[in-house]
Amino acid sequence: MSSILEMKDLRKSYGGVTATDGVSLSVEKNILHAIIGPNGAGKTTLISLLSGAVKPDGGKIFFAGKDITSQPAYSRAKVGISRSYQITSLIMSMSVLDNVALAIQARSGHSFKFIKPAKSLTKIRSEALNILKQIGLADRAEDLTSNLSHGEHRLVEIAIALASNAQCMMLDEPMAGLGPEESVRMIAFIKQLKGSRTILLIEHDMDAVFALADTISVLVYGKIIATGSPDEIRNNEAVRHAYLGEE
Amino acid sequence: MFGTLSRSSKLTLLALLVLAILPPIFIWTGNSFYVDLATRLVILAIAAVSLNLILGYGGMISFGHAAYLGIGAYAVGIPAHHELYGGFEAIASFGGFTHIFLAVGISALFALITGAICLRTKGVYFIMITMAFAQMLYYLLVSLDEYGADDGLVIDARSEFPLINLDNSLQLYFVCLASLAAAMLIVRTVVHSRFGMVLQGAKGNEERMTSLGYNVYAYRLVAYVISGAMCGFAGALLGNFTTFISPEMMAWSRSGELMFMVILGGVATTLGPLLGSAAFIIIEEAFSSYTIYWHLPFGLMLMAVVLYTNGGIMGMKFKWRSPSAEKGTQENGTK
Repeated sequence: MSSILEMKDLRKSYGGVTATDGVSLSVEKNILHAIIGPNGAGKTTLISLLSGAVKPDGGKIFFAGKDITSQPAYSRAKVGISRSYQITSLIMSMSVLDNVALAIQARSGHSFKFIKPAKSLTKIRSEALNILKQIGLADRAEDLTSNLSHGEHRLVEIAIALASNAQCMMLDEPMAGLGPEESVRMIAFIKQLKGSRTILLIEHDMDAVFALADTISVLVYGKIIATGSPDEIRNNEAVRHAYLGEE
Repeated sequence: MFGTLSRSSKLTLLALLVLAILPPIFIWTGNSFYVDLATRLVILAIAAVSLNLILGYGGMISFGHAAYLGIGAYAVGIPAHHELYGGFEAIASFGGFTHIFLAVGISALFALITGAICLRTKGVYFIMITMAFAQMLYYLLVSLDEYGADDGLVIDARSEFPLINLDNSLQLYFVCLASLAAAMLIVRTVVHSRFGMVLQGAKGNEERMTSLGYNVYAYRLVAYVISGAMCGFAGALLGNFTTFISPEMMAWSRSGELMFMVILGGVATTLGPLLGSAAFIIIEEAFSSYTIYWHLPFGLMLMAVVLYTNGGIMGMKFKWRSPSAEKGTQENGTK
């Protein structure tokens, strides 16, 4: 298998706190690679480095063989990297459908198009509606996003990641704050996404991680201490000590 | 044919219809002073509509928008001045199309250059830097003795157009009104387009839009230029209306008044800026004959509108009609 996303010695500190401490990791194509680690291990920082929202202090990022370290965040989406947010980050003042439609619109060239009403573009609208159907939110499509529940917001996050149709999807704690039933729904949904694209999953929910992941990396204090299959990670002494043992 | 229009579109058409009917009645009844008032209202409404594109829909709080009114007015006054007194042959002209080309072109250029810098800042810094650029222009014109410095400059002849005579107050008024209708239609079309969705999305959540792959800066800059060019056009009309230009037109307090109009009327609505400028003109007219402190009731009213409605005069209307729409307007107003 070939790797699609490669990190070489990535470093990032905030003041005196080292959030990412020389991370080198390669993510193979079309698998689900989970990153776990205790609170404050630097998981979200790692995603932000990869999505371009945060600039690294050092190190390199390669995507599909190309160095993207200095590419601005908006152009990384163009090459095929999308992300969802741990803390829900939607456009609350727009409808659910508009949120998803904007993700589809983003991948169909530039948007310096001033005349045609966006809502008249049936191709984009119906594709957005289809995605909402898949995740079971079709009946909420026209509602203002701010009126949805937390669980629904998490689903919209996934819908947007899906709509961006990226080769590489980074999901930052999609299960955060979900009730047990919603979690089951989310796990089933992520399972559907597997295989056809690369997914980098950050998650606290161990049941979810072990149910979904092909490969797991463990991040502790900004360093990767182990990478392997779910079984290898479960039986890894260092991981047990650093992370699973404290559960 | 109006069956397919939304309620807010019908209201907008109704407002424009009222504006089209009233002034001929004023003239007929011998109250031609009110035609002047209506002309000023309509011109300021165009400026407010243009500001609403970036402030209301784009979330860019520009505190220097009066600069474009000034640029537009000087683009009428300076060529007319040279045509009459010689010098600067390249632009000397009474021709209306030359004036409008200069007004729109220079405004767009000024917006492009200052916007490219201003849009690198956020929040309070953006407000301050837009105001600083407008003030730079203000002091530049104060220092130009050729054009009357801070005393200003009388425009001896209005812009000349084929078939239209702007010296006729009713004709001037209808040119302004048609321009307002066009400006509202342009902004309405733009904000509903794909471009407009990106602009509004970036107002709601810039980080998300960036991670989706939108170069938010570029989209905002284009909106900023469109808005500036449109306000420059309003400035050319203002110059023709007042036939007098002075740096005072682009003082920071003027920019503040434009912001008041947009916020009072209701940000991110088609009709809001027009209602806001109407309220402004009417209050100014009603109170300024009693007291020079007419800004006081205006300020109190603005506070009341901001505190007790969700999104200006337009928000009041929605509050009466449907409680569910209220929340949406509030989100629009505060995000």
